[in-house]
Amino acid sequence: MHWVSNAVVLLLVLGAIWLARVVPRERYWRENALELWRRRRVAIAVIAAYLLIGLLDSIAWVDAASEANALTSGRPATIVDRIFKPESLKEASYSAPLASVSFYGGQPLAHPGAHLLGTDLLGRDVVYRTLKGVRVALLIGGLTSLVVIPIALLFGVSAGYWGKRIDDAVFFAMTVLASVPNLLLLIALIMVLGKGTVQVCVALGVTGWVHFCRIARGETLKLREADYVAAARALGVSDAGIIRRHILPNIAHLVIITFALSFTALVLSETILSYLGIGLDGSWGQMIDQARNELSRTPVIWWNLAGASIALFTLVLSVNIIADAMRDVIDPRTRREGR
Amino acid sequence: MSAPFLAVDRLSISFPGEGGGVRVVDRVSLNISAGETLALVGESGCGKSMTALAIMRLVPKPGRIEDGSRIEFEGRDLLTLPVPEMRGVRGAKIGMIFQEPMTSLNPVTTVGDQVMEAIELHAGLSREATRARVMELFALVGIPDPKSRFAAYPHQLSGGLKQRVMIAMAMAMRPKLLIADEPTTALDATIRAQILELLRDLSAKTGTAVLLITHDFGVVNEVADRVAVMYAGQIVEEGTRLELLSRPRHPYTQGLLRSIPKPEARGHRLEEIKGAVPRPGHWPSGCRFHTRCPFAFEPCPTKEPVRTSVSATQAASCHLVARELAQGARP
Repeated sequence: MHWVSNAVVLLLVLGAIWLARVVPRERYWRENALELWRRRRVAIAVIAAYLLIGLLDSIAWVDAASEANALTSGRPATIVDRIFKPESLKEASYSAPLASVSFYGGQPLAHPGAHLLGTDLLGRDVVYRTLKGVRVALLIGGLTSLVVIPIALLFGVSAGYWGKRIDDAVFFAMTVLASVPNLLLLIALIMVLGKGTVQVCVALGVTGWVHFCRIARGETLKLREADYVAAARALGVSDAGIIRRHILPNIAHLVIITFALSFTALVLSETILSYLGIGLDGSWGQMIDQARNELSRTPVIWWNLAGASIALFTLVLSVNIIADAMRDVIDPRTRREGR
Repeated sequence: MSAPFLAVDRLSISFPGEGGGVRVVDRVSLNISAGETLALVGESGCGKSMTALAIMRLVPKPGRIEDGSRIEFEGRDLLTLPVPEMRGVRGAKIGMIFQEPMTSLNPVTTVGDQVMEAIELHAGLSREATRARVMELFALVGIPDPKSRFAAYPHQLSGGLKQRVMIAMAMAMRPKLLIADEPTTALDATIRAQILELLRDLSAKTGTAVLLITHDFGVVNEVADRVAVMYAGQIVEEGTRLELLSRPRHPYTQGLLRSIPKPEARGHRLEEIKGAVPRPGHWPSGCRFHTRCPFAFEPCPTKEPVRTSVSATQAASCHLVARELAQGARP
């Protein structure tokens, strides 16, 4: 499977290069991007760091060194794995952050002072596990949103614009989905599809598009009657042209807000899935789930929970901050001149 | 006068409603010759905007243009034209300006791009040529500093400038006919005069015919060549500007003209037409104006008046006018 994620990474990097070449050409996007950077440097830097970790953790290959080790044989190691060398950093069991002796028993550690956030039950480094969770979180939030939003836009805008039969069909589908408890549907879908990254993303997508579809439909319904749409019709613009030039740009800010909200909501909902035992392996949700027992011990083992929670919190907060600023920047009605 | 290049013939528009349907425009016939400005005058709800939208075939749903209506433009019936061809007429051959410049521009695109869109739709010009054409248009409609206005968003422009942009968009392809639906209603008095002057100049410079829809005789006086007065979905009187303003024959036109405030009548009570425009679907029988007409007599409530020519260019649909003409009475 590692070559699939390698290919995806390659595509993403190529896409980013393409964007970086295209965006500065249009004055509108160049200015908005600059304005966004000026307003929210820290949050953008944080997201960039997360993306970098996610990317580095997606490039994997098998080599002679890992083949030689019986434990890792046949398992491709990512760049993050190679930097951290988790197998050589292993301890016997729990150890407190930066401790030199183990938490229970006080035996000297193999790598004293090397674990910034201590180690877990199996002696794995918590910082390393937290970093491994980045890729899972980005996959869940990003992949699902990227699938959900175009679908919701397609259904919502065409339902709102053309109405009649299309609207009836879309609305029926939305009502049916909305009448089933989301969590129940999620569990049922994961049971049918099986546990895996793509499967969980699909399950989250199936239950997640309704909300945005409803917003897109309502907004299109409103914009369809706008005077500038009537003016465009009087100029001889086709339906496709009206949707592309007048409706989509006017709901772009909703897309951005929804992307951010759904991204963060999806990352958080994976935590709930982990709590129910159907989350993704290596996710922050699983770390938090495992920490339930550790919190009841005396003295409390807090670092496992802290690592995952801080990473989760920082990611969600940064995305929300950027989305909020982006909405202000992209919408000329709320954009303030200068600063 | 040259032959009409737009001929609206017995145009009826109905909306579904109680008892099968409500006719909001009833057998309206209009002619516009090349280069002329026709003002379509009437109170709110008399069907004048619907008539204009019907020419563009943009009557809002669920409204319907009834069978038997014809709108002939340059020898083709617009009502039977296939949709893609009709799209080629809109914007390219017939331009339209709307009442509300404030909301008629897309708020998230620069005005330059919006005018460019109007050109790109119908002419296969390069981007540079299109841009140059937009600059030319901006200069034509009197937008100062076109370069910086090109990149401005609608909210950065005043109402008058926005209406100028709308006119630039409508004029982008040098249409043969410009439909202006109350273009100055949302503007204040000084801007109104400027926009009207612009419309008059454009019409003279480019030879574009104008169908001007208004409820304001001040506007009529400033730009119209001919005037058609609408009441309750029908045209009641038609004539040249001079005829209608100095010798109106239909009691409704007379009433409208009397209800304009005049400086010399200061201190006197302003005359008005008694009552309100009847709602569509509740038109009175016979002559639709008889319920409010001070001269109504016995045929008015029962018999529909026919169009009577008063002169070569003036005609009115009124029993009183018909009787006076028959008796040879002088106006």
